[in-house]
Amino acid sequence: MRGYAGKFLEIDLYTEKMKDITFDEHILRQYIGGRGLAAKILWDRLGERWETIDPLGPENILVILTGPLTGFFPGSRICVSGKSPLTNGIVGSTVGGGFSVELKCAGYDGLVIAGKAAKPVYILITDSRAEIKDASHLWGKDGKETLKILTKEGREELEKRAPQHGEWKEPGALYIGPAGENRNRVAAVNAYWMHGAGYGGYGGVMGSKNLKAVVAKGTGPLPEVADLEKTLMLMDKISQGNMKNTVVTRQWGTGSAGYDVGARTSSEPVRNWQEEWHDEKSFGVDKFEERVWIKRYWSASDFGCATACLKLATPKTGPFKGAITDNPDYENQAYVGTNLGVFSPEENVYLMALMDELGFCGIQGGNVLGFAAELYQRGILTKEDLGGIELKWGDAKAFAALIRKMAAREGIGNILAEGTYRAALKIRDLKNVDVLQYAVVEKGMAIGAHGIRSRQDYPKNISYACSVQGGDHTSIAHPILTHENSELRIILHDSGVYCWFNTFDVSEELVWDIFEAVTGWKVGSEEWYASTARGILHIQRAALLIGGPDLRWDPRVHDDNPPRFYEPLPSGPYTGKTVNKAGVEKAKKEYYEGVGWDENGIPKPEELKRLGLEGVDRKLKELRF
Amino acid sequence: MCEIACSLFHEKKIWPEASRIRVFMLVPGAEIPHFCAQCHDYPCVESCPENALTISKETEAVLVDKEKCTGCGLCIKVCPGRIPHLHPTENYILICDLCGGDPKCVKVCTEAQFGALWIVNKQETYSYKLYAKRPEETTRNLVINLYGEKGKELI
Repeated sequence: MRGYAGKFLEIDLYTEKMKDITFDEHILRQYIGGRGLAAKILWDRLGERWETIDPLGPENILVILTGPLTGFFPGSRICVSGKSPLTNGIVGSTVGGGFSVELKCAGYDGLVIAGKAAKPVYILITDSRAEIKDASHLWGKDGKETLKILTKEGREELEKRAPQHGEWKEPGALYIGPAGENRNRVAAVNAYWMHGAGYGGYGGVMGSKNLKAVVAKGTGPLPEVADLEKTLMLMDKISQGNMKNTVVTRQWGTGSAGYDVGARTSSEPVRNWQEEWHDEKSFGVDKFEERVWIKRYWSASDFGCATACLKLATPKTGPFKGAITDNPDYENQAYVGTNLGVFSPEENVYLMALMDELGFCGIQGGNVLGFAAELYQRGILTKEDLGGIELKWGDAKAFAALIRKMAAREGIGNILAEGTYRAALKIRDLKNVDVLQYAVVEKGMAIGAHGIRSRQDYPKNISYACSVQGGDHTSIAHPILTHENSELRIILHDSGVYCWFNTFDVSEELVWDIFEAVTGWKVGSEEWYASTARGILHIQRAALLIGGPDLRWDPRVHDDNPPRFYEPLPSGPYTGKTVNKAGVEKAKKEYYEGVGWDENGIPKPEELKRLGLEGVDRKLKELRF
Repeated sequence: MCEIACSLFHEKKIWPEASRIRVFMLVPGAEIPHFCAQCHDYPCVESCPENALTISKETEAVLVDKEKCTGCGLCIKVCPGRIPHLHPTENYILICDLCGGDPKCVKVCTEAQFGALWIVNKQETYSYKLYAKRPEETTRNLVINLYGEKGKELI
């Protein structure tokens, strides 16, 4: 098999047993890697009893997978998955950083991690040697301190083993902060301080397994490819396309959107989505450039990437001096900025750096913070409920205090740590007020910072309602199934595993060309949209609808937008615009039909049989109405 | 990208650990390209007991004779920056040879418009040896420059 290292490492944290496993070529051709293979592995191992598996229990399986294109397609990433503690389905959550390429160079395509360790541990992989190491000294440490110690220990260990080698370049690492340790459902799996696999809530899954980090150093080359010359030519061509990327610019990354998506397209969350428009020039990219960005191109963060969308930011003076994060990128400008009524670069950097250090997903965390602030605004949550915090819009210090409570699961933080949807259910019961109407989430997962009311942004009216990854703005349902933003296309990138951004300004043909040059497989778009992507989509859809054990989604009820999206926009050039319910119903039925689901949104038996997914069909019988 | 270009040129594979230029990032954001600085007194060449290291007449880069090198590591010890490192699978040392005068790392860095690497004509009036530093040392300086006073707590 070309493009693959050829084996995966299976680890049982309870028995501390490890073994190498492999998959047959026809399985890999069908499920590729990353998100696709994660769906396959999880379904095979847990599908039969999916509804009984607690995502934060020892039975859940955490998978961390590269794909055949990782290291070759410019902008390497790795996919983290498992049963999601947010959606109770399967979410493919990708993150950049050095771990993916190190793991592949160590000879592994991925990790399958089962069980729960008796005490805090981390996994150290050095080429084909893997060890479970004590992490009690790392437990409780924030992201910066954790990575510092892991880098130091990793290099010392390598030096001890091979003192003749010369300087050892640092190993790659994925780790969690205190939020993940405390089984926070809105915790991310982090890399390089500020990167995170946030969607899905897998930081909490790692925490529930007492797994602080996975660390890898590989000294081998990347695997053989089918056609090296062609692969290199295409890598070059894709990079040239990326240099002209018009969506994510080298100059600004996504950092220009913090102002733009509010002021121009009216689709940015402002004060928990009460508005989607703002004209706060104080939040313009020029202010970020002039006041907090200290490094324009940060490309070593993602192997082989010429886009270098990340910009390092730190305020040099003032009360937030010393906080460090990247950009923040658009999602975090929105969710840890405008959504909290924060419109200054310094405060945005400060709050995001704190979220990074404690190990939160900016989107999930920012969504629940905004939700809490709206409840405070409405007098539903009081200063007393919040442990003395006056949670006023725009008060960065107040939000910081609440973020700390969430990480520690202290007081109200213990409720908010469950994520917006579950917190809403709890607060509804406590206060006897229907607060679900203020929860801007889709199937338990916060919606990305791209609204649909103004119709000026890329997601459509069913994009979140019908996605198999809930509110994930990087995996949306699209009426045109083969559209570049359709999740059927995204499944390819998430299974590849490489950066979606680096496919902008690159033709689909080029993506298939490099796929074939690396793997030697002629899949191509026709087979992909008709079969391969569908199979992965259906498994994810099945897992999402079966859900459990705490919550289940009825597609007739829950394949819908959050209530807020049916309120008219109250401000800006698109005032009055809203989402038409009848339009959603119509588009939903068309989408179901298009992807092979029945009128209730459940994958059809004949469709599943056609794709060899009889097991999924059997399980779904329980759900058919 | 420079590691990709270097290892492709020398090893015909994408092989970061066999690249003659390695980008260390001991602290996020502080990337340190670590490769031969061509000291004026070439302590590595002087130290080699096997005469496996020579200085290129064309480029003044250090050339490694793979046949003669025994991988003893003396050149690593005497290098002020511990820059040479052993090939991950073969028993010889890796030192930047400037690709014979047309360094591929510079080419790709220029194409990607990062401009972190570029070609200069060598002048005897400068001590290039100053750039032969261990990654920790450069990182320590760089993080303070980048992140201010708090930088020193980061490494």
